[in-house]
Amino acid sequence: MSTLVLLTMTGLGLGALYFLVASGLSLIFGLMDVLNFAHGALLSIGAYGTWWAASGNLPGAGPGGAGFVLAVLFGTAVGTAAAVLLELAVVRPLYTRPREQVLATVGVGLAVPALLSGIWGSDAHPFPGPEALSGTFGLLGAQVPVNRVVLVGAAVVVLVALRLFLGRTRHGLVVRAGVEDRAMVTALGIDVRRAFTLVFAIGGCAAALGGALGGLYFGSVDPRQGTSLLIFAFVVVVTGGMGSVTGAAVASVVIGLVQQLANYYTAAGLGDLAVVVLLAVLLLIRPRGLTGRLA
Amino acid sequence: MSTATDTPDRTAGRPATAQAPAGRARLLRWWPAAVLLVLVVAPFSAVPVPGLLDGPLGSAGSLQLLATCLLFGALATGYDLLLGRTGLLSFGHALYFAAGSYATNLFLLEAGLPFALATVLGMLFGIALALALGSVSLRVTGIGFSMVTLAFAQAGSILVSRNPGGVTGGEEGRAAPSDLLPSSLVGIDNTANLYWIALAYLVLTLGVVHWAVRSPTGRVWEGIKENERRVEVLGLKPYGFKLTAFVVAGGLAALGGIVHLLLTGGSTPQTTTSDFTLSLLVMVVLGGSGTRWGPMAGGILYTWADHRLGDLAGSGAVADLPAVLRVPLSQPLFLLGVLFVAVVHLLPGGLARLPSRLRAASNRKETVVS
Amino acid sequence: MTEQPLLDVRDLRVLIGGRHILHGVDLDVSAHGVTALLGRNGAGKTTAVRGVLGLVPRAGSVRFDGEETAGLPTHALVRRGIGYAPEDRGIFAGLTVAENLRLAERRGAGEPAYGLVHELFPELKQRAKQLAGTLSGGQQQMVAIGRTLLNANRLIIADEPTKGLAPKVVTEVAQVLERAAEAVPVLLVEQNLAVVRRLAGHCVVLADGRTAHRGPAAELLGDAEAARTLLGVGHGPLPAHPSVKADS
Repeated sequence: MSTLVLLTMTGLGLGALYFLVASGLSLIFGLMDVLNFAHGALLSIGAYGTWWAASGNLPGAGPGGAGFVLAVLFGTAVGTAAAVLLELAVVRPLYTRPREQVLATVGVGLAVPALLSGIWGSDAHPFPGPEALSGTFGLLGAQVPVNRVVLVGAAVVVLVALRLFLGRTRHGLVVRAGVEDRAMVTALGIDVRRAFTLVFAIGGCAAALGGALGGLYFGSVDPRQGTSLLIFAFVVVVTGGMGSVTGAAVASVVIGLVQQLANYYTAAGLGDLAVVVLLAVLLLIRPRGLTGRLA
Repeated sequence: MSTATDTPDRTAGRPATAQAPAGRARLLRWWPAAVLLVLVVAPFSAVPVPGLLDGPLGSAGSLQLLATCLLFGALATGYDLLLGRTGLLSFGHALYFAAGSYATNLFLLEAGLPFALATVLGMLFGIALALALGSVSLRVTGIGFSMVTLAFAQAGSILVSRNPGGVTGGEEGRAAPSDLLPSSLVGIDNTANLYWIALAYLVLTLGVVHWAVRSPTGRVWEGIKENERRVEVLGLKPYGFKLTAFVVAGGLAALGGIVHLLLTGGSTPQTTTSDFTLSLLVMVVLGGSGTRWGPMAGGILYTWADHRLGDLAGSGAVADLPAVLRVPLSQPLFLLGVLFVAVVHLLPGGLARLPSRLRAASNRKETVVS
Repeated sequence: MTEQPLLDVRDLRVLIGGRHILHGVDLDVSAHGVTALLGRNGAGKTTAVRGVLGLVPRAGSVRFDGEETAGLPTHALVRRGIGYAPEDRGIFAGLTVAENLRLAERRGAGEPAYGLVHELFPELKQRAKQLAGTLSGGQQQMVAIGRTLLNANRLIIADEPTKGLAPKVVTEVAQVLERAAEAVPVLLVEQNLAVVRRLAGHCVVLADGRTAHRGPAAELLGDAEAARTLLGVGHGPLPAHPSVKADS
């Protein structure tokens, strides 16, 4: 029983991490038809930004308490800025060439991890974090690491914020409409390119936050973390329906749990394999899963 | 069938011969043969190529690098059969390359089959895998196809790295059994033979792609790339044509995997990763997708640059530089990633378009002057 | 025509996927009343409208109220005062009726005229919270036209607003357009010649991606021979019933 609880909490934590990556990926694809291969790099930037700040490089930031919060905010802000830069400098000039947009993000997705390992080395660095978040707590007889709960909490906050943004604000309305029919949005006199930058900023922010908190989950940062999460985030996006934030949330939980439980109760690695094969199967039985609606 | 699809841009790839005087044009047309001749005799040469290669041309180190370049030039050419000729963006090409390498290696290691048989079976395994997974992947189109191929390749990658039953060797990969290989293909003294094999593989790939693209099927591919729906309207089923391209490209990749197995003396899990496919993508786009020589040039250039930049990174000259320069220069993948983004932005059509662009630019200048 | 046209299109050419759809369309929309854009199916009417708005890559000159707009992105052109109801109605199926309308509100263009829209289409007020995708075709067309009336536009472009609608709804839509045209000039793409006859002052006829005829609408429709060759309608009296469509 205690094993199951621990596995469930770990699966949920992993699912939360997937959601933070997949929500932005899904919005970006839904609105712009761009599969952002650099999204994992945005997560890595968030992780390294937080790690850098929490390691004492940013005045006021540190591994504990308010200092850690500041470090997370810093990492998230850097990731958001990188996402905006990515949209403005790399994606936007290729507006009329959708396939090249994807290719350009592939290039960025290769270059950023290489740059990170160039600056800080390709080995993993231990991730500093507050004492309070590195411990465990008892739940139904299991000792569950606190960081799982932090991740789930952050994912829930992001989910609620995204839903409020999409449902209650004019920018959110523009994004939802753009996912359905981009051309018609411009024909109503709305500059849809501003929505592009906005979804990149939102997606980058969520992914960078995922990176910052993922450091707690993994206990370390390394340049390849983001890229390896990306494929599982693709699985989530396709399972949940492209452009659907709620769908991504549900799919994240399912994928995270399936992966953890299958990895433990069957052969190691079978969960990862099952999830990846699930992506193929889903696409084949439901090819329209790629053109979901926003909810 | 051939008249059914229209073929725009047929002449766009060869404006040079149209403009040059007839005599020169006839000579120019034979340049691939001349280059091939030079490549065939290269192992006998001791000419130093400073800057490009470390040792003299015929040295084992140089031949090894050249063979790798040729191998990847061929691999990129085969991959472009999908990307540039049929318009299929596959993120799983690494799988068929790795399949050729691992299958052949395992037929040798585990089944103890003779080399020739293992090679044939490894190749057939790659083709069968491409047929099976291609027939499934091609049921979806567009970015969905890309993701299904990515998923299958990732599954293969996970499988290899998990080392089921100890056969794939996990993260270490597995060395080929040198006692089961022909002695002429083993050892540093025989690098020239491996080099010729890589060259033969390149020639074969170029020939197959060239022939396939000009066949009636190839014209349908072009139609599919331009506008798949129009091909459907003409009563042709794109599925079968796309599957043909997928299997031909997969088979060529599997053969490349076998060449790689011989060249490196083993199978490594790096060849199964999505990064490996992405690097093929970079090569093709860098050189010029959909052109005859572009993917090959991109593959050769990328491989050479990756290797040389790696050397450069380890050299003292870079270590002494200030961090702003040293850090990016020490990361080949960073430079290649940035170069790739730059080519996508600034040079649509890749390096293959560069001569015609320069010519167009100078023509424009001339008209302004006159 | 002595006064300057509101919309003046010269030599509009559109190339999609390497194929010329339009070879040179000249089109002017007078500053008053309804100008009809006519032609057989596939003549390029919808492409011409999309080309004017910049929704497809185009070449040529598009002057709106004297200003050259060929280089402007769609949204900037629309903000100069164009309401557009596209051929497929362009409804956002996953948004509510109210959200569809709210999306069309333009800042800096005065108060949105919800009073007018709800007066013309009371149903839209009742169904404000309904998802637009669940509306009937006629109701969706009301949303599409309602969006063009919400702002103080200087030109309304309606692309086949009566297509696929029940006869009663066609009459309703025609009435609304007639009323709208009293205040704002309208460019109307229409296959239903009864509607054209009722509303249009001027007409422009396209054939094979070119302008084939320009002139008063009544003159063209009165000439059975010209109407037949240009629009592909049969001999004899033109259909009087609004639901009969002049289809080729």
